[in-house]
Amino acid sequence: MSGKSEPIATEQIAVHPRSGWIRLALLAVIAAALLLAPQFLYPIFLMKLLAFGLFAAAFNLLLGYTGLLSFGHAAFFGGAAYFTAHAVKVWGWPPEAGILLGVLGAAALGLVMGAIAIRRQGIYFAMITLALSQMFFFFCLQAGFTHGEDGIQSVPRGRLFGLFDLSDTMTMYYFVLAVFILGLLIIWRFVNSPFGMILKSIRENEQRAISLGYSVSRYKLGAFVMSAALAGLAGGVKALIFQFATLTDVSWQMSGEVILMTLLGGIGTLAGPVVGAGLVVTLQNYLATSDFPVTIITGVVFMVCVLVFRRGLIGEFFASKLGRKIGFRAEN
Amino acid sequence: MTMIFGIPVQALMGQLLVGLINGSFYALLSLGLAVIFGLLRVINFAHGAQYMLGAFTALLLLTMGGVNYWLALILAPLIVGLFGAIIERTMLSRLYKLDHLYGLLFTFGLALAIEGTFRYFYGASGMPYAAPGALTGAVNLGFMFLPIYRGWVVIASLIVCLGVWFLIEKTKLGAYLRAATENPTLVQSFGVNVPLLLTLTYALGAGLAAFAGVLAAPVYQVSPLMGSNLIIIVFAVVVVGGMGSILGAIVTGYLLGVVEGLTKVFYPEASNIVIFVIMAIVLILRPAGLFGKDA
Repeated sequence: MSGKSEPIATEQIAVHPRSGWIRLALLAVIAAALLLAPQFLYPIFLMKLLAFGLFAAAFNLLLGYTGLLSFGHAAFFGGAAYFTAHAVKVWGWPPEAGILLGVLGAAALGLVMGAIAIRRQGIYFAMITLALSQMFFFFCLQAGFTHGEDGIQSVPRGRLFGLFDLSDTMTMYYFVLAVFILGLLIIWRFVNSPFGMILKSIRENEQRAISLGYSVSRYKLGAFVMSAALAGLAGGVKALIFQFATLTDVSWQMSGEVILMTLLGGIGTLAGPVVGAGLVVTLQNYLATSDFPVTIITGVVFMVCVLVFRRGLIGEFFASKLGRKIGFRAEN
Repeated sequence: MTMIFGIPVQALMGQLLVGLINGSFYALLSLGLAVIFGLLRVINFAHGAQYMLGAFTALLLLTMGGVNYWLALILAPLIVGLFGAIIERTMLSRLYKLDHLYGLLFTFGLALAIEGTFRYFYGASGMPYAAPGALTGAVNLGFMFLPIYRGWVVIASLIVCLGVWFLIEKTKLGAYLRAATENPTLVQSFGVNVPLLLTLTYALGAGLAAFAGVLAAPVYQVSPLMGSNLIIIVFAVVVVGGMGSILGAIVTGYLLGVVEGLTKVFYPEASNIVIFVIMAIVLILRPAGLFGKDA
């Protein structure tokens, strides 16, 4: 979102001379934690966390780095889950091909929705993506292959490349972890490429980017398709984790959830959406057994975040003295 | 039986009426959205929740205080409007200086919180609200029976829509509102209390949504989620109409309601999505919307 928010403190903080090493060590600790986590925590829960983390990171590619608020990302996430589930279950495709179909399907959806939505900016863009994804929801409700309210159930996980049996929970976990890391690497590479820089310039000042000769709508569409495809990757994997695909994943509530994850963790940071997803998923897990509706908490957290906590957790950390000492930079 | 395009006249007229009723709600709600957006530059995602609050307030007034429909039709919008004013004053007004998207996100959270709370206390199923005695029954129009309450919905919404249009386009208060839309700083320098104007506008929008909710209570069931799916359709209506014009929002609301009703007759499978399809087509041909001025 473009910049009229509070300015970042400008007083100089000397970056620690070994900040690079510190950040590398931090990364190593996280990697080790992810590798060992299934020994201590319920693997399905961890896989859900990774899938939603990737989904939120893909969404953030659009909101955080291009400044476009999509209110319809559930269409790509849930759509891909349907495509993957259908290909694997009905056509008997291997899991990698099923996920690839999910990614391509989501990208195609993104191309169509994006081409329509980028004709308006700002708030209209959000409303249009919401309306288009609701249209897709009704399509899924009525189309034959989605099985309406029942969804596609008992999807087999199959054997990855014909070698690894994914019905084994641990094998599945490491597969999901690999996809997650791959997805984040793609996003990181994308954001730090010349293409990503141009996207940031569009976010900061669209008019100036146009005057510099960039075809802004083409770049926006590119980012939209990229974000949709990665959301599709997360959705396809999610269908294999839970072995079903349902209407929940294409509903507008899901689009709202991914916004909350990103906002809570920190818009425009790589790690923020993942952390936000972790928090939201944990909260849902915790409340799943009580009859207290999650939406009340979700709604209140939303309001609090928007009112007083717009940088999100990771954003606040990056902007703090400690964060800047280690060499992180907070974006506005 | 008389037929038009191979469809019995009764079925056609029946769906046309249903379309007109849905259109009445679309018009009332998109009008409220347009009024709020015009001055506050906030897309009020909580509009659906405020519509639901209106219906619930009427129901609770009846069951707890024995307040009848006619009084509820006035009281519920006032109560919800007051609630809106408090929200605007204490929270929403802090977001004006930020990107407009934050207003959308804030009201989205508000909608979730309100709907979640009502679902917690009243469950997700609908509760009936009886139409007042004077408006029950039906009249025979010769070619079909018109339930009186449904006719009343169309007339009441028309009157209110035109009243709001008159208020904004023809009165002094409306002139202040329009001037503040153009240039709030300048209007404030003339001694007009612009922050108060903003609060009143939000309250007016919320009140309009609540009025629609009370009107809807006897037609649909009163349920915590009655507004959440409706609001997305109304967003599409607003995109089609363009938010620049009050009259545009009203006309587009009725028009799309009727189109949706007719789709139910000719191609029922598409009736859920026809408004979204129209939105997509309008965006391709005329991105600013049918009545929009901004490019």
